[in-house]
Amino acid sequence: MKHLLSVTDLDAAAATGLLDTADRLKQALLGREVRKLPTLRGRTVITMFYENSTRTRVSFEVAGKWMSADTVNVSASGSSVGKGESLRDTALTLSAVGADCVIVRHPASGAAHRLAGWVDRDAEQTGTHTSIVNAGDGTHEHPTQALLDAATLRDRLGGIAGRRIGIVGDVLHSRVARSNVFLLATLGAEVVLVAPPTLLPVGVEQWPCRVSPDLDAELPALDAVMMLRVQAERMHGAFFPSAREYAIGYGLSDDRARLLPGHAVVMHPGPMVRGMEISPAVADSPASTILAQVSNGVHVRMAVLYHLLAGAPE
Amino acid sequence: MADLLITNARPYGEDAVDLLVRDGVVTDIGAGLDRPSGVEVLDADGAVLLPGFVDLHTHLREPGGEESETVETGSRAAARGGYTAVFAMPNTDPVADTAVVVEHVWRRGEEVGLVDVHPVGAVTVGLEGAKMAELGTMAKSRARVRMFSDDGRCVHDPVLMRRALEYASALGVVIAQHAEDHRLTVGAQAHEGVVASRLGLAGWPATAEETIVARDCALAREAGAALHVCHVSSLRTVEVLRAAKAQGVRVSAEVTPHHLLLTDAALTSYDPVNKVNPPLRTGADTKAMRAALAEGVIDVVGTDHAPHAAQYKDTEWAAAKPGMLGLETALSVVVHTMVEPGLLDWRGVARVLSERPAEIAGLPDQGRPIGEGEPATFALVDPDAVWTVRGSALQSKASNTPFEGMRLPAAVTATVLRGRVTMKNGEVQA
Repeated sequence: MKHLLSVTDLDAAAATGLLDTADRLKQALLGREVRKLPTLRGRTVITMFYENSTRTRVSFEVAGKWMSADTVNVSASGSSVGKGESLRDTALTLSAVGADCVIVRHPASGAAHRLAGWVDRDAEQTGTHTSIVNAGDGTHEHPTQALLDAATLRDRLGGIAGRRIGIVGDVLHSRVARSNVFLLATLGAEVVLVAPPTLLPVGVEQWPCRVSPDLDAELPALDAVMMLRVQAERMHGAFFPSAREYAIGYGLSDDRARLLPGHAVVMHPGPMVRGMEISPAVADSPASTILAQVSNGVHVRMAVLYHLLAGAPE
Repeated sequence: MADLLITNARPYGEDAVDLLVRDGVVTDIGAGLDRPSGVEVLDADGAVLLPGFVDLHTHLREPGGEESETVETGSRAAARGGYTAVFAMPNTDPVADTAVVVEHVWRRGEEVGLVDVHPVGAVTVGLEGAKMAELGTMAKSRARVRMFSDDGRCVHDPVLMRRALEYASALGVVIAQHAEDHRLTVGAQAHEGVVASRLGLAGWPATAEETIVARDCALAREAGAALHVCHVSSLRTVEVLRAAKAQGVRVSAEVTPHHLLLTDAALTSYDPVNKVNPPLRTGADTKAMRAALAEGVIDVVGTDHAPHAAQYKDTEWAAAKPGMLGLETALSVVVHTMVEPGLLDWRGVARVLSERPAEIAGLPDQGRPIGEGEPATFALVDPDAVWTVRGSALQSKASNTPFEGMRLPAAVTATVLRGRVTMKNGEVQA
């Protein structure tokens, strides 16, 4: 595995392999007083974030550090990007500095793909290789989010194949939704998207999932429901009349949560808007996996770095 | 205006003849003509002889965008592609919305002398869509502007479009619309469909094109004016055009070579060489474009030749400028998509690449029949050639061709402008 750009690059075996490695790393760290594995010592991992993020960036940094890698964080503001440096030049600079891995978040869909192309072409001349990890490119994908969501589902439900997963909210603008739909389909789950028609992409009927406008009808049969945040900017795009109407139609209220079967889990990639897409009580209930997702995220990102930089485990 | 003897050429792919040209005009056509002394000979070697191509939609980038193309390099690309006339779009810097700018472009074209450069004037000042530009002054200037367009932008205000059509009809000029309802395409990056949905690229719905074309056809009908629709990309638009023509509306339409061949399946690599406005759509759309061109519902092929220097394409998708090269690959793409499947014969190629464009623009000396007394303005085509497209090897200053690495059929072997050979064997003449 050279880069991690899209979940569609992973078949079921590769995805399961990553989740298994994440489990093994989690076990390896359990009970240790010094939470460090020497595996990536001497490797340089640079996070390059063109969008604000606390959760994902810290998660990658902790993952790198727990594997003993040297981690450096670069954010677009305060770097040469402000001086007009192109994405390509920034990437090649980081590669020339000696980065073994560049983890990139960028507002343009396809940014990680373009980066991978430039560093690969550069590698033909220099002989050194840099792996690119997509930490979120525009509205396209967020592969490690889908992987940590899958890890969480595996933990809580005992498996993914054959399970029914609902994803609710602004699918149109969500890279988390895209990565999850395609990864869950690869892993054999049945996915249903629930959203107002204005927040579903044209062409969604050709995605490997169902689509439904009726959340109440879908909830009783789900093993897991994943709530997506609705961004404030969407209020001005005539996607729905008001926040109140959205919450009434598509929010996971206390009443709605009671429609879920007893074993079902409630997920959210965060950050959440309490009271909009999810009620505070539901967010804090035992069914909620929100914090588990975050902690699984570190192990999953350790596994990704491991597979990219140290090769697949035997 | 020159003297020339063309030997062994096949007009419209028919029987081989020689053509004698005196002072830029064909004087004799026949087999085995005598060569008068001192007259240059161009041996066509059995090539198909067509009237020189006329491109109603080219971006020469001068003034203001010379890092991507100039009148000179664009003229070289045109000559290489078999073009003898190009219409240069006004989205330059400064915009070609006054006689001063159009006369500059006209004069540069004359100085370079490889192709007849006809500047297109802007419909509105600064392409801002608010105030009509001085269409009359530009039409009467030395540039003799015959076509006006805000290409790149849509003339969005229906009142202004109506007035422009009415005003244009008295001048005998054509308004060419870039049909895009900008409010439906805010932030749009790719054709609105399943490919864009998976790639996370904001969609450019076909309805944004179709609705403007329908509106403009109605306005043109009322004004009794001539309307030209640039770069049709959607099968829905074809339906609107068919209905409008049936009603007798004076509407003509063009399709680009890339919209005859390429689809949004090409976007998965996120390489912005495939980014263009209007976007590449689906296989159903390219199929409809080909059928419409064969039928005549779409009248002409217009390249929308849009050169971009490397820094405008070597970026992430969202930051890249839209546009593709077209002049040097147009003929081959037309042969590949229309002649090879039997949708057009060589007379049909002459119609869509030369005769109809010249007619729409009102050019008296281009797109003429091949015959005695007609201007010696030709493209010679080797129908059996096969070549691999390499952007870096093209005459254009830029290299942004979406056909990079493709093997395409047919090649233009010579271009003649009023008896003067402007290109021969791949070499543009000085």
